[in-house]
Amino acid sequence: MNRILRKRTLAPNVTEYVIEANDIVRYAKAGQFVIVRVTEDGERVPFTICHSDKKNKTITLLVQTVGYSTSVMETLSEGDCVADLVGPLGNPTDLSAYKNILLICGGIGVAVIYPQAEQLFLQNKKSDVIIGARSENLLVYKSELAACSKNLYIMTNDGSVGEKGFVTDKLKELIEKESYDCVFAVGPLPMMKAVCEITKEINLPTIVSMNSIMVDGTGMCGCCRVTVGGETKYACVDGPEFDGLKVDFDEAINRSTYYREIEENHRCRLRGKKDD
Amino acid sequence: MIKERINVPSRDPEIRAKDFLEVSTGFTTEQARAEALRCLNCKNPPCVKGCPVGVPIPSFISAVAKGEEEEAIKIIKSANSLPAVCGRVCPQEEQCEKLCVCNKLGAPISIGGLERYVADISLSKDNVEEKPQLNGKKAAIIGSGPAGLTCAGELAKAGFKVTVYEAFHKAGGVMVYGIPEFRLPKKLVEKEINGLRALGVEFKFNIVVGKTIMLEDLLEENDAVFIGTGAGLPSFQGIKGENLNGVYSANEYLTRVNLMGAYDKNSSTPLVVGEKVAVIGAGNVAMDSARTALRLGAKEVTIVYRRGFEEMPARKDEIAHAKEEGIKFAILTNPSQILGTKKVEGMLCLKMELGEADSSGRGRPVPIEGSQFVMECDQVIVAVGTSPNPLLKNSCPSLSTGRKGVLIVDETGKTSMDKVYAGGDAVTGSATVILAMGAGKNAAKNIIKVCK
Repeated sequence: MNRILRKRTLAPNVTEYVIEANDIVRYAKAGQFVIVRVTEDGERVPFTICHSDKKNKTITLLVQTVGYSTSVMETLSEGDCVADLVGPLGNPTDLSAYKNILLICGGIGVAVIYPQAEQLFLQNKKSDVIIGARSENLLVYKSELAACSKNLYIMTNDGSVGEKGFVTDKLKELIEKESYDCVFAVGPLPMMKAVCEITKEINLPTIVSMNSIMVDGTGMCGCCRVTVGGETKYACVDGPEFDGLKVDFDEAINRSTYYREIEENHRCRLRGKKDD
Repeated sequence: MIKERINVPSRDPEIRAKDFLEVSTGFTTEQARAEALRCLNCKNPPCVKGCPVGVPIPSFISAVAKGEEEEAIKIIKSANSLPAVCGRVCPQEEQCEKLCVCNKLGAPISIGGLERYVADISLSKDNVEEKPQLNGKKAAIIGSGPAGLTCAGELAKAGFKVTVYEAFHKAGGVMVYGIPEFRLPKKLVEKEINGLRALGVEFKFNIVVGKTIMLEDLLEENDAVFIGTGAGLPSFQGIKGENLNGVYSANEYLTRVNLMGAYDKNSSTPLVVGEKVAVIGAGNVAMDSARTALRLGAKEVTIVYRRGFEEMPARKDEIAHAKEEGIKFAILTNPSQILGTKKVEGMLCLKMELGEADSSGRGRPVPIEGSQFVMECDQVIVAVGTSPNPLLKNSCPSLSTGRKGVLIVDETGKTSMDKVYAGGDAVTGSATVILAMGAGKNAAKNIIKVCK
């Protein structure tokens, strides 16, 4: 159960896992997530289901090694199992109300964006996609996105590939000439915040996917609370996608840092162990 | 001949407040027998009427008095599938012991203490439970808390092939994520669950019914389904500052510590331990949170409650234990805002006085004008109640629900859907382990009847 069938490194610190998920694929839809416990004494961490293969009963996860658990996961090999896998959790993405969509992704936000680009392609609603990264070697799923988008705009901080700049630079440029009816932006919180600051000015509907800290993922702990339009929502059961124009990003950014120090200590210990 | 009640001994508060070992140590054989001998063995025992699962109390106590512990456990188990749990966390003072005739003669028999004594002896032995003969019927249980486990046990004993679906990676529900180790050792819960496994009950973990599989899927494969999904959704007060770093729901705090093992500093599940912790609320969950924070190393822990000691919903014993351990109490105090820019830096509170009784029969707390003050704290744990999780209901609109999302059932425990029963906190809203067990048992009885 929960066996890692394929593992490949897509970029430094970004790994793609294809995991056996017999129970999960049945009702899994794009935009939903799973909670993984990597080892028997591990914590519970949420990951977006990047792809679910109903025939082979597998799911694909994109994992960025940022904290303790993802570092432990990184040590697993093909054939190893993760201790627990639960899902699909959260609500699926629903872009059915929109016709001309601009997709924006940064980092492993591509795990949410790519399945949408693919779906829109299949529905004959090909979308424009902006993908951003610090540098070329950190871009993932570039060719996959190129294959299913109307136009793929690549932005890198150092200009090593595509244009030099941020995804928001391209966003500003595109909304001048295109008439999008929706922006779907997924990536690090500061990126989503910056996108929403721009789209808010012209009141362009913007959906974001919140990657909050979670424990159970079923509404039980309230750890993932997000303020949306002045109301407290739970990313796990009310989201993970919300109206980006209403999300309190400063609060979300603050909440995402709560365990950073402890997390760092844990990782140091893990590294220490490896060196032993 | 009426001797004084022997209370269940507990460990020195100064020592126990620094560790997670069980507070209460249980009766010795001598104590248990002496206490059992106090029982008047009433012909028409009122205590049994006070027990939500109807344990034949005088019979088991008289077996203890005779030194026949094996007989005693058989008697208890005929009615109660989780005696080691109930002996510890049941509010006996509100139930069996409240009705004990000995109240009139001084103090009631320590029924809970005796139940625990018998259950612990039985758990320390390797009892091989006989697997019941299967009757060809199948049942699915959603949730492995007290309601679900009781229903599972009863159905398995009647010959049903029972499968329990649990969303977490471990069975026990609130008994493993909520109630702390020092009040209910997890080993015991595990042993009780192994007892159910021995009866043939199968457990499936990491399955969220309503997400991973649907209620309809379970109905296709089973003759009956029991929903015991509890009341897991934490309430907040809706005051300003609740989303600051350092504000935990009691559910989150306790789950991190109990289920995920964050009481161990090496645990991979992180927890920030506050210096000055304010716990809002005064139920058992609030006491559990406060005492947990203290054990984790908080310098000062204060229970903040808008009414007085008399009105506190927690068990008297737990309040007493908390006081002994050094938990502070700010009664007649209501938080109005949690202060801070990024992290909790204090809490704005109002002093209250009790006005006329409200619908709960308790005095309504009224703010005293001009009484506002700032309570020093760097962490806040909100323990003001929970309501049922709407996740299952949302996936299955034909399930009727009432106020706060509780499932509506008839007196047999049946929901608005055919073959679907429910019980426990999912139906009553947050209550006790034993009431949930009573509901699980009642539903099982009716499932057995209908499936005949």
